[in-house]
Amino acid sequence: MSNIPSELKYATSHEWVRLESDGTATIGITEHAQDLLGDMVFVELPDVDDSISVGDDVAVAESVKAASDIYSPVSGTVIAINEELEDAPELLNSDAFGGGWLFKVKLDDASELENLLDAEGYKNSIDAD
Amino acid sequence: MTNKTVLHAKHLASGAKMVDFYGWEMPINYGSQIEEHHAVRKNAGMFDVSHMTIVDVQGTDAKAFLRRLVINDVAKLTTPGKALYTGMLNEAGGVIDDLIIYFFSDTNYRLVVNSATREKDLAWMTKQATGFDITITERPEFGMIAVQGPEAIAKVGTLLSAEESAAVEGMKPFFGVQVGDLFIATTGYTGELGYEIILPESAAEDFWQKLLDAGVAPCGLGARDTLRLEAGMNLYGLDMDESVSPIAANMAWTISWEPTDRDFIGREVLTAQKAAGDQPKLVGLVLEEKGVLRTAQKVITEAGEGIITSGTFSPTLGHSVALARVPRSVKIGDVVEVEMRKKLVKVTVTKPSFVRNGKKVF
Repeated sequence: MSNIPSELKYATSHEWVRLESDGTATIGITEHAQDLLGDMVFVELPDVDDSISVGDDVAVAESVKAASDIYSPVSGTVIAINEELEDAPELLNSDAFGGGWLFKVKLDDASELENLLDAEGYKNSIDAD
Repeated sequence: MTNKTVLHAKHLASGAKMVDFYGWEMPINYGSQIEEHHAVRKNAGMFDVSHMTIVDVQGTDAKAFLRRLVINDVAKLTTPGKALYTGMLNEAGGVIDDLIIYFFSDTNYRLVVNSATREKDLAWMTKQATGFDITITERPEFGMIAVQGPEAIAKVGTLLSAEESAAVEGMKPFFGVQVGDLFIATTGYTGELGYEIILPESAAEDFWQKLLDAGVAPCGLGARDTLRLEAGMNLYGLDMDESVSPIAANMAWTISWEPTDRDFIGREVLTAQKAAGDQPKLVGLVLEEKGVLRTAQKVITEAGEGIITSGTFSPTLGHSVALARVPRSVKIGDVVEVEMRKKLVKVTVTKPSFVRNGKKVF
């Protein structure tokens, strides 16, 4: 069974969100998602300063097996992207919840996070798949 | 009903992720298919191919039967052990399957066909056997292990007895030899040197373990696909099927037109297709920017549309490559477009072969 850290929030579409101490949010895809996709070969990220909304397809994770759209689980402005993924997309496989983070967002409305799943809810959603 | 090969427990013990492959529970990878791919290109990797179908064709008419059944001519085989790659067609000239035929004598041949097409292949062979004095015997009691890579032959060598080593010493590509319990062939599906080894099921687990101990990396179907695609080798069901002529599947080189009086199944149709010159052809496509070419994507050329039959990310080259069926007038070096995820990308047409013996070849 994949690791599902309890301090994160999750979308049923397999993105995770970490609320940082400065109020920004970091977004990635879950260990379960990378396991489904297999070895990553390319990651397309949004641009810094992009304004994004919940549900927008803002990034693409492309593995040897398939290309998968990544949907923003939050609304706000992109303030950073993980440039290391350009040369090391395999970070999504090896460290999905750490070095494989995708982008950081300045949130429009932090209360939006309440609409996301907690670790248990996410676990239930993938068990139901 | 899911079939398991004799090596199933060994795969689980190595942490394999298992998938259903046409009714067989097979390893897709043992962690990272890209690392497995590199193991084969740079060192040595092994694949459980025990699911493949081994069929022995024996009897007085074995040679005559195979000269009728397949598009290449087994009469070319005169050295015992020599192998031939070819296709088996239906009456309409479509590819029922591709296969390797090993020659032992004019009355004794071994065929290795795809597992996904096992039932229809056996049914077709049995139907065509009418009137020939032959026996067609499936050999499910064997396991089969492919050991591939620049170090494969040396690593297998450490496991062989003196007698076995002597039997394979200096064996040229595309040969096979039976020595004791092992049938060892210099064939493969990766574009690297190596062996495909057929052995009794009772010996398979032990042999696999010894290869593991010798440092041969277990590799799954994921790496098998990226390796064969880099090598430009067809996969039945994607690059050709019963609706596709071998001429449109880069298999024309496996057709033996001479002698002209050899009446192989599909000859009439192929002869007409060749004369008309209107069959599409299989080429390679190379995408150097980001993105991965995938099966069924549309190819747009000045001469008309084509289709990607199989595409992947090439771990050796670091970008995507594909096999595509396009109009015959498309030329090597042309730049054409592929419709990929809602946008058009430019790709370069190459020969349908990308990597051999660890090196780029286009």
